[in-house]
Amino acid sequence: MRRILIQFAHPVLERSRVNRHLIEAVRDLPNVTINDLYELYPDLAIDVAREQKLLDDHDAIVFQHPFYWYSCPAILKEWQDLVLEHGWAYGSGGDHLRGKLALNAITAGGPKSAYQRDGYNRFTARELLSPWDQTAHLCGMKYLGPFVVHGTLKVATHADVHVASEAYRKLIEALRDDRIDLERAAASADLFTGLDEVVR
Amino acid sequence: MTNDILAQALVYLVAAVVFVPISKRLGLGAVLGYLIGGVVIGPFVFGFVGGEGHHVMRFAEFGVVMMLFIVGLELRPALLWQLRRPIFGLGGMQVLVTALAGAGAAIGVGVALKPALAIGMTFAMSSTAIVLASLTERNMMKTNGGQAAFSVLLFQDISVIPILAIFPLLGVAAARELTDVTAESGRPGWLSALFVIGAVALVIFIGRVVIRPLFRFLATAQLRESFTAAALMIVVGIAFLMESVGLSPALGTFLAGVVLADSEYRHELETDVEPFKGLLLGLFFISVGAQIDFGLVGREPLAIAGIVVATMLGKLAILHVLGRVFGLDRPARWLLAFSLAQIGEFSFVLLSFAVQERIFDPDLANLLTAAVAISMVLTPPMFIILERFVLPRVTDDEADKRPQDEIVAAETPVVIAGYGRFGQMVGRILRANGIPLTILDLDPEMVDIVGRLGIKVYYGDASRIDLLHAAGCAQAKLFVLAVDDKEQATDIARNVREHFPKLEILARCRDRPHYWELRSLGVKRVFRETFGSAYETGIAALESLGYRAHTALRLARKWRDHEEDVLEELGEIWGSGDRDGYFARTRNAMDEAERLMRQEDPKVFVERDAGWDNESLRADPEPTEAAEPS
Repeated sequence: MRRILIQFAHPVLERSRVNRHLIEAVRDLPNVTINDLYELYPDLAIDVAREQKLLDDHDAIVFQHPFYWYSCPAILKEWQDLVLEHGWAYGSGGDHLRGKLALNAITAGGPKSAYQRDGYNRFTARELLSPWDQTAHLCGMKYLGPFVVHGTLKVATHADVHVASEAYRKLIEALRDDRIDLERAAASADLFTGLDEVVR
Repeated sequence: MTNDILAQALVYLVAAVVFVPISKRLGLGAVLGYLIGGVVIGPFVFGFVGGEGHHVMRFAEFGVVMMLFIVGLELRPALLWQLRRPIFGLGGMQVLVTALAGAGAAIGVGVALKPALAIGMTFAMSSTAIVLASLTERNMMKTNGGQAAFSVLLFQDISVIPILAIFPLLGVAAARELTDVTAESGRPGWLSALFVIGAVALVIFIGRVVIRPLFRFLATAQLRESFTAAALMIVVGIAFLMESVGLSPALGTFLAGVVLADSEYRHELETDVEPFKGLLLGLFFISVGAQIDFGLVGREPLAIAGIVVATMLGKLAILHVLGRVFGLDRPARWLLAFSLAQIGEFSFVLLSFAVQERIFDPDLANLLTAAVAISMVLTPPMFIILERFVLPRVTDDEADKRPQDEIVAAETPVVIAGYGRFGQMVGRILRANGIPLTILDLDPEMVDIVGRLGIKVYYGDASRIDLLHAAGCAQAKLFVLAVDDKEQATDIARNVREHFPKLEILARCRDRPHYWELRSLGVKRVFRETFGSAYETGIAALESLGYRAHTALRLARKWRDHEEDVLEELGEIWGSGDRDGYFARTRNAMDEAERLMRQEDPKVFVERDAGWDNESLRADPEPTEAAEPS
């Protein structure tokens, strides 16, 4: 059984339509820790030691956040910059994250069609997440494909959100209970639509 | 008019309502206001009240009883025990020496031995009522001098008992033996002593055992007035008990107060008795004023003036010397001497008793009574002289005893003036970062306390330019002005700006006007002393109400930015003296802040563009069309 850490970053959860339902869907799961970064560090003053301890204590790290400007909200970048220290996360002696799993669970405003070569975003979500992929790689982690809820600007009906929440919960449970094909998951372009292909 | 109780009460109340605020306004204190009020309504000015003054006074003396009860409530037994030396040593010596000196002086002007002794003992008394009220009014009760004065008064109250026993021996009618019969009761001495001990034991028993269950029972009834009635019942009951065994009721209720000082109903009792005490005490002071027989004063001005002046000077000198003998510091000695120089209300009792025992004739008694009353009226002015002229000099002297510290070649980047709660916080942050500091403070106690923590604080007045030089202001980068006193802070800021114009100042201020004052002196950064903690409390309050931490912080910051903008703007209006405009703008600014918050509050969905807000994006009919670079 894996211990899952969800690094949750949303600066205005009050206005969230999708993320808050996703996070509620997994809040009660045993062995899943939700780390609400904006609530913990409202002024972005991150407690590095605490965060590193959390990483040490978990086997899979899920970064859940809205996909602002093809990236993450500011606090998550700050978190990366401060917590993933040289000699701790990477470089010589930096082996604390080795062998752990990492993935991004994101909500994107545009529809899936936009995140294509010929769409107006020109890249797939997976491609745009390359920095995360490489960060995980440098830290010796296994980076899995992203869980992407597309089109949140237009399609966030109650039913859509419900479907996404159920899928998210299923993914986290499968990850926790090791019922997931890691090789397939690592190759997946989207763990939301492709969930059934990776879960055993 | 004098027959009408309502009219009487009205006259007294009007006197209190009119004269007390005026007197306070003029800085003369409430006690003097009552006394003057009494003189004005008394028979010799307007004559609104007349012959009943004595009866009113008997009634009003109950205010003194209540005051001592409250004093007792604030004095835990342990504290009273600590005062045993001043009470019995200083108090005992004061009564003894003053009585002997008074008797000597009386003999000197031709009074016979026995009446002279009676006069001496009478004049040894001081006015518990006026002195304690004046000390409390001026917040001097807790000072060394205040405690000493209180101790002496307490001993005087105790000594009334033996004095009343001695008086019959001095009179012409002194046929009775002291050992057989005490003054007024007619009981054998040993029985009286037993009664007294029994009464005191009873008071302690009531205080320890009876009152708690009584109050608990009353609490279940939930009747506010039954508490008040019970509190009054306790005071009246104990006073009655004491009086019936020949003890001073004031002393008895004081004892009861001390016994109850540790009980959980202390505050309850205090608040219940307090208003009655205040009114009755006021009435007492008024009746003292009303009682002065100006007819007699007019006939014998020199005699009365002579008695008053000689007595007060004599008592003052004796008290001052005794204060020195008992090791009081200089301000305490002067406070003791000035506060207790008058003759007290017990003397009225003693004088009439002396007449009754035929120790001396009524004419002399009347003369002395007038002198006593005048000396009491002179007490508040004595306090004013003490406060305005004596204490500043002896206290300055005291401070000068401690030389300002020599500052040896201070060359630190930061100078902090004022190292109290505020300065220390700033200093600790800087010290934690290894920044050397030069610290100045004018509170010797603070200097010593902080010194014990191993931090060198220079004792010195930061408004002095030579000291600023010595502290290294010429080469320092930063001056933290953290003194709490408004005027002092302004002085220091002015001097630093004038003599070290390049030195950056971070200043603490007390309130808005002080903020603008410092800003107008050219201090760029001024911090309102409670702003930081209030601001954080505001954020915590939003969080407690369910706001996300980050949102609460952003809202508060937005508010703060607006607040600071408005503060500058209001400063200009304040400076122009336009108070109406100031308040109008302040109200207006509050509305502004509210509108601003509504726009920012994510709970309030307002169509407003913000980076995280995708409302406008959602409303965009064609989000699929990305702007193509051309």
